[in-house]
Amino acid sequence: MILASSFLQDRSFLDVLYIVAFALFIQGLRGLSGPTTAVRGNRIAAVGMAIAVIATLLNREEGNWGLIVLGVALGTAVGVPAARQVKMTAMPQMVALFNGVGGGAVFLIAWSEFRLTNGFSHTATYIAVFSLFAAIVGSVSFWGSNIAFGKLQEIIPGRPISFGSAQQIVNLVLLILALAAGVDIAAGDHSEGIFIGLLVCSALLGNAVVLPIGGADMPVVISLLNAFTGLSAAATGIALNNTALIVAGMIVGASGTILTRLMASAMNRSIPAIVAGGFGGGGAVEGASGAGEHAGTVRSTSAADAAIQLAYASRVVIVPGYGMAVAQAQHAVRELTKELEKRQVEVSYAIHPVAGRMPGHMNVLLAEADVPYDQLKEMDDANPEFQRTDVSLVIGANDVTNPAAKNTPSSPIYGMPILEVADSRSVIVIKRSMNPGFAGIENELYYDPKTAMLFGDAKSAVTEITAELGQI
Amino acid sequence: MILASTLTTNLAILVLAGFIGFVVISKVPNTLHTPLMSGTNAIHGIVLLGGLLIVGLSGNGTFNKVILVIAIAFGTINIVGGFLVTDRMLEMFKSKPKPPSDDPDGGVSHGGDGEGKDSTR
Repeated sequence: MILASSFLQDRSFLDVLYIVAFALFIQGLRGLSGPTTAVRGNRIAAVGMAIAVIATLLNREEGNWGLIVLGVALGTAVGVPAARQVKMTAMPQMVALFNGVGGGAVFLIAWSEFRLTNGFSHTATYIAVFSLFAAIVGSVSFWGSNIAFGKLQEIIPGRPISFGSAQQIVNLVLLILALAAGVDIAAGDHSEGIFIGLLVCSALLGNAVVLPIGGADMPVVISLLNAFTGLSAAATGIALNNTALIVAGMIVGASGTILTRLMASAMNRSIPAIVAGGFGGGGAVEGASGAGEHAGTVRSTSAADAAIQLAYASRVVIVPGYGMAVAQAQHAVRELTKELEKRQVEVSYAIHPVAGRMPGHMNVLLAEADVPYDQLKEMDDANPEFQRTDVSLVIGANDVTNPAAKNTPSSPIYGMPILEVADSRSVIVIKRSMNPGFAGIENELYYDPKTAMLFGDAKSAVTEITAELGQI
Repeated sequence: MILASTLTTNLAILVLAGFIGFVVISKVPNTLHTPLMSGTNAIHGIVLLGGLLIVGLSGNGTFNKVILVIAIAFGTINIVGGFLVTDRMLEMFKSKPKPPSDDPDGGVSHGGDGEGKDSTR
């Protein structure tokens, strides 16, 4: 018995278990390279996590087991029902919330460490530095993610809220204050007031950074906050000398960074410009003047005509956007696809990387509606195919189809890669009204003679088309 | 005896993990980016370990105990919720066995379809 317990509590043995755990994380994430291996990959990573947790529990000092049971029970009581019941359309909110919770845990741990060591009085300076970094970044991530959650859940208005031109100065001042507090503590100040000040400045910074960001920039923000949480976890790992935390946190940081870069380049915008919150204001003004100039006419169509057009096509590409998510139209779209496939029409889906509110948002919705994985085409694969497409059906997508991004150098979205819907032989756009999209930019596509507009809610419009198809 | 300091060893691990992360995550297709995000949410729940280690140390006052219980709860939400929701999502991406009525049409019209279905089983 004594032998067994000393073996289990050996530090080297613990480290070996941590190495096993992070190897399983990496192996699990490798599985995410394709849909067939992904489920297993996720489970492999979960096994790695179980090993890391159990190893830690075996190795910790005595005492306070009740608190652990309480914390784990609380977390399970909240996490399990949330994960089971969340709707796929609400997935961006869910991810934002989970991300914030991770950042919250990080800064709380840093805080309790500070208190436990009397303000890092007898710890190495580097431990203090990494703890303070974790406290700042974790707190920014926690509050920023909560604001992102509020915007996605529409508790907070999705439009940009800002201090106008003072915004960047406010952000900068908050950042400097948080850093100054950190430097002060690392230099030997043990006052808890300063540490709380650091947390408060970081919290305000998290709010101030995310509040001015508009809904359509959410994919970038969520990815960025994801990277922050990961990096803060890695810093906690260095402060606690825990390899499992270092590796896992850093991998999450890398993942968030990759996604942030992908999303920003899919919008042809720099990450600093998005964080500075320039888009909503600047874009809308320019768009408004552009809108007045447009003298073209818009052709409106009916569900019956759209159904005929689709029924006699041999190839149809569906371009979904946030409008499909808002209307929860994914199942209706799947029904329409089935009806078309019965008529030997070849159907695929062209998905822009920033369609929706988070990376991969459209894909999850369509997967929920049982759309086969191989019908979902990424932008680079979809674009060459538009030329041999008879009808492109745009459902609630706007800016990602705007030819102005290619043709009009003065447009605010000029240079953004788009789905080249205008190359297809005809286009049907389902849209609520002629209101310009998030960026406030007039979409030239709607004035193209081969485009027909079907005004209405995405779900009811698609359902009507399907019903009309059945009667042809 | 020459020993690398804990800090330098950990920094080396940090940097290497960053590079491995970049390589592995770069291979994830756009289509699976939402599950990737929720999966990484679960993985950063590893901060739970920090809470578990610190809560056992002597000298924790009541306030510390409260924030550590919250931290442990947060970490658990990440781990349990993150893995479950990712699993739910990924199950949707695994193509389901298709009703025969759908199959012939798709198979005839384009070759790419058949390939996807074969990889299912």
